[in-house]
Amino acid sequence: MMLIHCPYCDEKRAEIEFAYAGEAHIARPPDPSAVSDEDWAHYLFIRANPRGRHHERWRHSHGCGRFFNAVRDTVTDKFEVTYKAGDPRR
Amino acid sequence: MSGFRLDQGGRIDRGQPVGFSFDGVTYQGYAGDTLASALLANGVMLFGRSFKYHRPRGLLGAGSEEPNALVSVSRGPGRHTPNLRATAVEIYDGLVATSQNRWPSLKVDLGAINDRLGMFLPAGFYNKTFMWPRSFWDKLYEPAIRRMAGLGEAPNQDDPDHYGATYAHCDLLIVGAGPAGIDAALEASGTAKRVILIDEQDEPGGGALDDPALWSWLKESLKDLAAAPNVTVLRRTTAFGYYHDNFIGAVERLTDHRVEIDSGPREKLWRIRAGEVILAQGAIERPLVFAGNDVPGVMLASAARTFLHRHGVAVGRSIALMAAHDSGWHDVFAHARAGVSVAAIIDVRASVDAGLIAEAEALGIKVYLNHSVIGVTGRLRVKSIQICDNNVYLSGRISCDALLMAGGWTPSVHLWSHSKGSLAWCEDLGAYVPDQPNEQVRCVGGCSGKWSFGNGLPIDVLPTPLDQSRIKAFVDFQNDVTAKDIKLAVREGFKSIEHIKRYTTNGMATDQGKTSNLNGLQIAANALGKAVPQVGLTTFRPPYTPQTFGALAGHAQGALFQPVRKTSIDSWSEEQGAVFELVAQWRRARFFPNGGEDMHAAVNRECRAVRSAVGIFDASTLGKIEVVGPDAAEFLNRMYTNPWKALEPGRCRYGLLLKEDGFITDDGVSARLAPDRFHLTTTTGGAARVLNMMEDYLQTEWPDLDVWLTSTTEQWAVIALQGPNARKVLAPLVEGVDLSPQAFPHMAIREGSICGIPMRLFRVSFTGELGFEINVPSAYGRALWERIMAEGAGHGITPYGTEAMHVLRAEKGFIIVGQDTDGTVTPYDAGLGWAMGKKKFDFVGKRSLSRPDMAAPGRKQLVGLLTDDPGVVLEEGAQIVADPAQAVPMTMIGHVTSAYWSEALGRSIALALVAGGQQRMGEVLYVPMPGQVIKVRVSGSGFYDPEGARLNG
Repeated sequence: MMLIHCPYCDEKRAEIEFAYAGEAHIARPPDPSAVSDEDWAHYLFIRANPRGRHHERWRHSHGCGRFFNAVRDTVTDKFEVTYKAGDPRR
Repeated sequence: MSGFRLDQGGRIDRGQPVGFSFDGVTYQGYAGDTLASALLANGVMLFGRSFKYHRPRGLLGAGSEEPNALVSVSRGPGRHTPNLRATAVEIYDGLVATSQNRWPSLKVDLGAINDRLGMFLPAGFYNKTFMWPRSFWDKLYEPAIRRMAGLGEAPNQDDPDHYGATYAHCDLLIVGAGPAGIDAALEASGTAKRVILIDEQDEPGGGALDDPALWSWLKESLKDLAAAPNVTVLRRTTAFGYYHDNFIGAVERLTDHRVEIDSGPREKLWRIRAGEVILAQGAIERPLVFAGNDVPGVMLASAARTFLHRHGVAVGRSIALMAAHDSGWHDVFAHARAGVSVAAIIDVRASVDAGLIAEAEALGIKVYLNHSVIGVTGRLRVKSIQICDNNVYLSGRISCDALLMAGGWTPSVHLWSHSKGSLAWCEDLGAYVPDQPNEQVRCVGGCSGKWSFGNGLPIDVLPTPLDQSRIKAFVDFQNDVTAKDIKLAVREGFKSIEHIKRYTTNGMATDQGKTSNLNGLQIAANALGKAVPQVGLTTFRPPYTPQTFGALAGHAQGALFQPVRKTSIDSWSEEQGAVFELVAQWRRARFFPNGGEDMHAAVNRECRAVRSAVGIFDASTLGKIEVVGPDAAEFLNRMYTNPWKALEPGRCRYGLLLKEDGFITDDGVSARLAPDRFHLTTTTGGAARVLNMMEDYLQTEWPDLDVWLTSTTEQWAVIALQGPNARKVLAPLVEGVDLSPQAFPHMAIREGSICGIPMRLFRVSFTGELGFEINVPSAYGRALWERIMAEGAGHGITPYGTEAMHVLRAEKGFIIVGQDTDGTVTPYDAGLGWAMGKKKFDFVGKRSLSRPDMAAPGRKQLVGLLTDDPGVVLEEGAQIVADPAQAVPMTMIGHVTSAYWSEALGRSIALALVAGGQQRMGEVLYVPMPGQVIKVRVSGSGFYDPEGARLNG
């Protein structure tokens, strides 16, 4: 069971306190009506699924309740860093 | 001739005799014996039958690596444990053990015919043979195979034991209390570190237990560790798995070795988080691969040494050694010095250390260098061995009743590999050793490849003049895999060691290749013509040794498996004899049978009461979220499909929630209490999901909005009063709210009090009748319920359950998200176009609704279905076709989502998702069911009071 650092609580806590929330840095277009069908489908469904560094979102569901971002290596399954939502991509 | 107890030696307590039985025969051993050592001491060498060929098997090892001697231990109803390694079962007075996988008895096993048929049972036999006809598999092949090939019988009664669990945190966890592990613990004992030292055996010491020269060191060391306040030593505890971030799972066995079982747990699961881990798991000796290497009496040399030194048991009257490594020489020297006759030392190597030769000579042991054992005679135990010069193939026969194998050593890298540490091939050892760590972990002692046992020659199969394709030289004893099976797999085209493993089953299952992996790997590598490191290594998986399900489940079983959520009114329903159902984790009253009523009768009565008088319903489980803040209306406007900004305080609105993909995910009625405060309701099962989704948008997409979301589901008890008499029942109880239709219309909310209890009163209806939902703080739920029941007695008040609620809402065509929708249904599909804020700039899911597929014709749409025969109630989930005469497989155009008997209409009703349903009004469709085809007609979904007149009563 992994330990995950919550950037809001500033503590490493057990994985069972957290919920995975998909790829990070996929911003909802501010005016969806201005987005083409193709781009909208891309926004909805297409994900990077990389081998290696993956930017992803987690929620400290059974803790502070905050969503945050993380970089996790999908090969080693190790967290490189976690940071607050809204902070620049690492 | 056979094994026997020596007059002296061993760590057993000869003053404490222990009586036990094996296959119905009673024996005596001593405290400190394992089942294996005690049986050996009694001359028993036959312990079990092999998995596939039912060959007689004895002991190979002396510890948890034992692949052959699997036994069952029974100690009363529900306490039957199969597949225990006899070498790891501590005996106690009254122990009852039995052998496995044999019929009618261990000595006479009819299944051994498989051994004669061996040529028809090659690797992949099951995959190749039992292919056809397919229908034979379930009824014939599988049961027969399961009966013939197998391990012990699974227990078939409830386990009366309970199992504990604990979390532990330490700076240093040491796995394995052999000399290396104890040294590491001693070193750390002088520091401030919190140290846990765990060992799977009943006694710490590991290899030191087999070496009397280390016993005084061991005693002193354990005394020092016991005195160190920062060191915890756990015995009988197996670290079975190594998980992320130094999280180790271990099971401590607490009662299996005791005569009396008290009320404490049988086992305890330790979940250990360690700052650093030291693995000191030692090494396991490797068998040698030759014909007859599985005859009872052929065993690892190190195992014989363990029985000799630890248990004072000689494994035979006359033992021989087949060696490819120096360590075995020392083992037989120890036997010779203890007075056990040594028939011969055979070593496959042409030359060995001169010191060994000299010592053998001094002990009068005959030595055959550059020789191999090529055959073993004896069926139920070794009688003699046939040996052969490796070069000139002259053979000879040596009488002995035990043959020890010294094939070199394999570091126990199981946990290291669980932790994803890399391995490096060490040519000298012929073994993989730990290389780069992936966690805060290091290996010490034998499992790091360091040992002082001398040198050896890694070898795959011993040289033999016999046709290798005709002999059974075992590699994996537990799974009955021979050298020729592995070679066959390579000939048949398997190149990856992972595939070879699965095809031959080498190293699989509970054994995890402890004694077989490296021999199998070397055989496969040679057959492939590659170097071992190029072939790779199969993956080690937890558990290291089999663990009980009980230990892993702990107390999470039965009523404690999952919490049951109960409302504050639940106890009243229970007292009334309600029949309950689980909705998400909530226990809800499904119906309230009167006397001997069945569900149908009860639900019909409850429905009649609501339509004609008044019904009372516990709606407390509805999800509730308090949305507060200056931007609350803006936030809801963005989340829900319909407009919220113009909603007046005091008014309610039906909210429809989509996911961003445009499909319905939840719905519920919500009320605006103040400009900056909303009381949201969600479906019972959707509460947590909706809150998570709203938090997601609020925190990450619109952090600029000043809104707070609070789950209030459990703060409120909700009592729904529905029916024409609802107001009459409510009026005398309510204070501070004008209930008149003019002052308090449908879809309004008022705050006031009821029976002195603060209240939020909704005028809403999920039944189509005049209705109220009374929200009071949870603790008052039952008191208020009873007060309303008393008040309603004169008005025909009737409690109703979720089943009647479902019928009543279906009569109105109100959907239940998750029943009438399935994650592919848009608001338009569901006929909820009226709930769409068409003028809104944006809301979650809006953009997706204009994607071409979402507006394409032929989408499945929610419609009503009326059966031709009004008495027939359709099955929910039944498929719908347009033409029942078409050939199978038919084109299915939809399915029934809800179907009930409607008491109010005197006929059945149904809701269904049907392709192009809105354009099929009045059309006749068919529902094919077993034995009949049901004719239905498509209708609107508002079956009862479609104009909604009754709402405004």
